[in-house]
Amino acid sequence: MKVELFELRKAFGKTAALDGVSLSVAGGEFLALLGPSGSGKTSLLRVLAGLDFVDSGRIEIDGRSMEGVAARERGVGFVFQHYALFRHMTVARNVAFGLEVRPRRQRPSPREIRARVRSLLDLMGIGDLAGRHPDQISGGQRQRVALARALAIQPGLLLLDEPFGALDAKVRKNLRIWLRDLHDRMGLTTIFVTHDQAEAMEMADRVAVLRAGRIEQVDSPDRLYARPANAFVHEFLGEVIRLECSVAQGRAHFDAVPLADIATTCPTGPAIALIRPYEIGLLPGPGPGHVLSVHADGPLRRVRLALAGQTVEVLLPEDTWSPTVGQFCALDLSRASIYSLASP
Amino acid sequence: MSLVPGIAGVQPVCTTERPATQAGLIVLTILLLAVLLLLPLVVVFVEAFAHGLGAVVNALIEPDAVAAIELTLIVAAVSVPLNTVGGLAAAWCIGRFRFPGRGLLVTLIELPLSVSPVVSGLVWVLLFGANGWLGPMLDRAGVRIIFALPGLILATVFVTFPFVARTLIPLMQEQGSTEEEAAITLGATGWQVFRRVTLPNIRWGLLYGVLLCNARAMGEFGAVAVVSGHVRGLTMTMPLQVEALFNDYDWVGAFTIAGLLSLLALVTLAMKAALEWRVGRRGGALL
Repeated sequence: MKVELFELRKAFGKTAALDGVSLSVAGGEFLALLGPSGSGKTSLLRVLAGLDFVDSGRIEIDGRSMEGVAARERGVGFVFQHYALFRHMTVARNVAFGLEVRPRRQRPSPREIRARVRSLLDLMGIGDLAGRHPDQISGGQRQRVALARALAIQPGLLLLDEPFGALDAKVRKNLRIWLRDLHDRMGLTTIFVTHDQAEAMEMADRVAVLRAGRIEQVDSPDRLYARPANAFVHEFLGEVIRLECSVAQGRAHFDAVPLADIATTCPTGPAIALIRPYEIGLLPGPGPGHVLSVHADGPLRRVRLALAGQTVEVLLPEDTWSPTVGQFCALDLSRASIYSLASP
Repeated sequence: MSLVPGIAGVQPVCTTERPATQAGLIVLTILLLAVLLLLPLVVVFVEAFAHGLGAVVNALIEPDAVAAIELTLIVAAVSVPLNTVGGLAAAWCIGRFRFPGRGLLVTLIELPLSVSPVVSGLVWVLLFGANGWLGPMLDRAGVRIIFALPGLILATVFVTFPFVARTLIPLMQEQGSTEEEAAITLGATGWQVFRRVTLPNIRWGLLYGVLLCNARAMGEFGAVAVVSGHVRGLTMTMPLQVEALFNDYDWVGAFTIAGLLSLLALVTLAMKAALEWRVGRRGGALL
């Protein structure tokens, strides 16, 4: 199911939860909304489901405007952050709920409902939990029940709010792979919210990075990583070292550290250089980096350096030169990205 | 070591009192409970049966007594459902929504608990009484509120309003609204959400509130006394009848009705205990 959002705006009091969000999601796509807390990603999801309303803007699902369409008529599957299972119902009744509340003419027969519930629970791998109550099963199992319940109404669009937030790391890893597989097999369109960049990058076809109610960049994980649109996206997507510099005549100059200038297309003015730990090269000889420690990290070596008052971590491949503790060395920052701090 | 060997494990380690002190405190508590709570209850029944079972039966089938019992049941039958619906609605608004004046509403709901019952009765007399604001108008229309059934119901509704709302507000706030939102996204209508999700989640709390509300509705004296007018056989509820009989030196009559009210209290307590036991067993929390 294709989803199109046009200039969505929503404010809570004076703070804008959504500040002009436009986004297009193709049918069958798995899209992640990634951002720090308070960036508006959950607001966006709730607005899509019809649980909240925008102040202005337009939402189209499958080409149909959602204006004036109540949440219960949207047929959108929603999995809540803490699952929101009906605590007084068994797992089977939870999953059957969406079918049982249908108007009589559209409601499947009790036997059909039972069969549908059974096949969904089997699909989720929790067929033996049908008679349990939500407080008698584990977090990972609740997650699957919540998903089965949302899928029972056969939604074209599935919305997941921090689906793995409350689970421990190992369960989370397994569920990620399983959920992505489920999405592909059922031909769903899925939008999911997360603040965990690794999760977004691993699962999604495309990732939309949000900040303060605005979309900073929408791209495939590869492109997002290789070509971040701005410093925020660059920093949010993983470990990064930040060094202040200033740009003049197409060259970034480090004020506080004696390092070589870097060529840049940024305008003249204050700027920052961002570089990931594995992009830094270390060279023997006199230099500003004072080596604090060297550790093996799998096939890599993790070197901690003191550089102009801050601690910098560098990841070196196995076959390159490596300094020893206490040594001074030079740094190669030529792969750094320069972002202008001057207001455009 | 411990007074009850079987539960030695649950003794808090921080208690350092000697066993004699512990025993002394426990005995004191039991004595106080016996004198303040148990003794009055025993007195009620002993006095009622002072002249035998026959006298009790006679006091119960006496027309004024029957009228008082009937009236009390009617008042409770009207005001308890009214306050159940009203309390549910109030708890729903306060527990689910943020709106200006919400804090004020919570305070207003608790008002009847802090106002003296006499005042709660008096306001209705001032409003609807013969010399009240609306009295003359009602008089011309031939409607009687004060010194009649409507007045008794109004006073009772006012006094017992907080019970259902107050039990439900914290419960609904704690449960939050995500289950209801989930139901909506699954296609449920407002009524279906209420009947299938909201109500089952609050049913024990609701029942608890209704029990308390009912106990107070049947036992209310002050507010009802002001609006009743004390017409025997017509506007006397059970508590008022007890007082009237007592003033007539009809001890058996007074204590028989009092015994009936006490029985009601005991039944309410038993139901409340059963409810708490049931909820506790399911691992949930009532309040």
